[in-house]
Amino acid sequence: MLEIKNLKKKFGSRQILNGVNLTVEDGQILAIVGPSGAGKTTLLRCITGLEEADSGEFLIDGQPFDPRGTAASDAVMGVVFQDYNLFPHLTVLENITLAPQMVLKEGQKSADKRGEDLLGQLGLANKGGLYPYQLSGGQKQRVAIARALAMNPKILCYDEPTSALDPHLRDEVANLLLKLKGQGMTQLVVTHDMEFAEKIADKLLKVTALDQQQQAKAGE
Amino acid sequence: MSLSYISEILPSLLGGVKITLSLFFWTLLGSLPLGILVSIGLISKIKPLKWVLDLYVWLMRGTPLLLQLIFVFYGLPLIGIVFQRYEAALFAFILNYGAYFAEIFRGGFQSIDEGQYEGARVLRLSYGQTLRKIVIPQVVKIVIPSIGNEVINLIKDSSLVYVIGLGDLLRAGNVATSRDVTLVPLLLVGVIYLILIGIATYVLHKVEQRYSYYK
Repeated sequence: MLEIKNLKKKFGSRQILNGVNLTVEDGQILAIVGPSGAGKTTLLRCITGLEEADSGEFLIDGQPFDPRGTAASDAVMGVVFQDYNLFPHLTVLENITLAPQMVLKEGQKSADKRGEDLLGQLGLANKGGLYPYQLSGGQKQRVAIARALAMNPKILCYDEPTSALDPHLRDEVANLLLKLKGQGMTQLVVTHDMEFAEKIADKLLKVTALDQQQQAKAGE
Repeated sequence: MSLSYISEILPSLLGGVKITLSLFFWTLLGSLPLGILVSIGLISKIKPLKWVLDLYVWLMRGTPLLLQLIFVFYGLPLIGIVFQRYEAALFAFILNYGAYFAEIFRGGFQSIDEGQYEGARVLRLSYGQTLRKIVIPQVVKIVIPSIGNEVINLIKDSSLVYVIGLGDLLRAGNVATSRDVTLVPLLLVGVIYLILIGIATYVLHKVEQRYSYYK
């Protein structure tokens, strides 16, 4: 279970996140929704350690962790980026096996085997030898998912998983997320697509821009 | 232009080629790693380091290589640093080309998308691993054409060592030309440069091809 308590983040004098609390139960999907500019992505970047939070508590299964930390116990988040950020000079399989080998010190054979297994599960069997530029957007996304899963994360995070894809692929992504949920994966999804969020999520967290909240209050 | 005359002066020209090539190889071997290290310093967030390296690049690119050669060979002994002719030439060339390579690599590093660093970061790769496995291989592909230009320049720039009395290819041709009052040696010198640069161009083209496996 992931718990975040009282997360705050400012850029300069602009308060983006002001005491966000959230909980994701094991095996569930939490969707963070809201209009663009509301701080959804900043929230995700703080949780995954790409941005340093000003303050806040991060707990995984009751134990505190540091999203920016380098200890093995801090490595709990897998991330699937909006534009995937695959490594273009490596093959699909190398994209997946690089970090397990370099960071987890897995042997090449077992890393390859696990990589092939993940590709098979995600419908990319025998695509391991291709380079990212040879794949479609949906395939790249699945490689990004396989790459994140290969590090055995406790939570898998997605930043706008539907925005870079054709609209008709939206249901496919939804099914994929639900399939991973069926395998017990805990997932956190940032999206501006309300319909998609309702389809996949066990819980919704609505984020609104702080300036708008303040405007709304002023208007009351 | 008799064949016997050509075969008479060819050995001295080829002796000059030896100096030219040895300068060329050792300069590349020294200045490429130097350039990569300096460029990593140039993109670092350590301000004083950046200032020092900026000054170095400015000095090296802001003054003629010919002047740098003269300073290294005739100037440094005044403060107690004495180089032999060949070592002086190599020292000046490595410093000079290192600065140009650093600027090329800096441009290459800056063209790598921030997302590549973030992708590596969430996979918990260290900064060193990220540079080695993710960034530098992509930078190399980007900079090969610009590096190729400098490599070809270097072959010709090596002729500047005449100013400190080193006997390279051009100097060997010059000596023969003034002794025998004919342009034939210099014509041969031109042909030899063309052949050397033809080979370099071919090799660079092959290297570029090797990196065309991804887009």
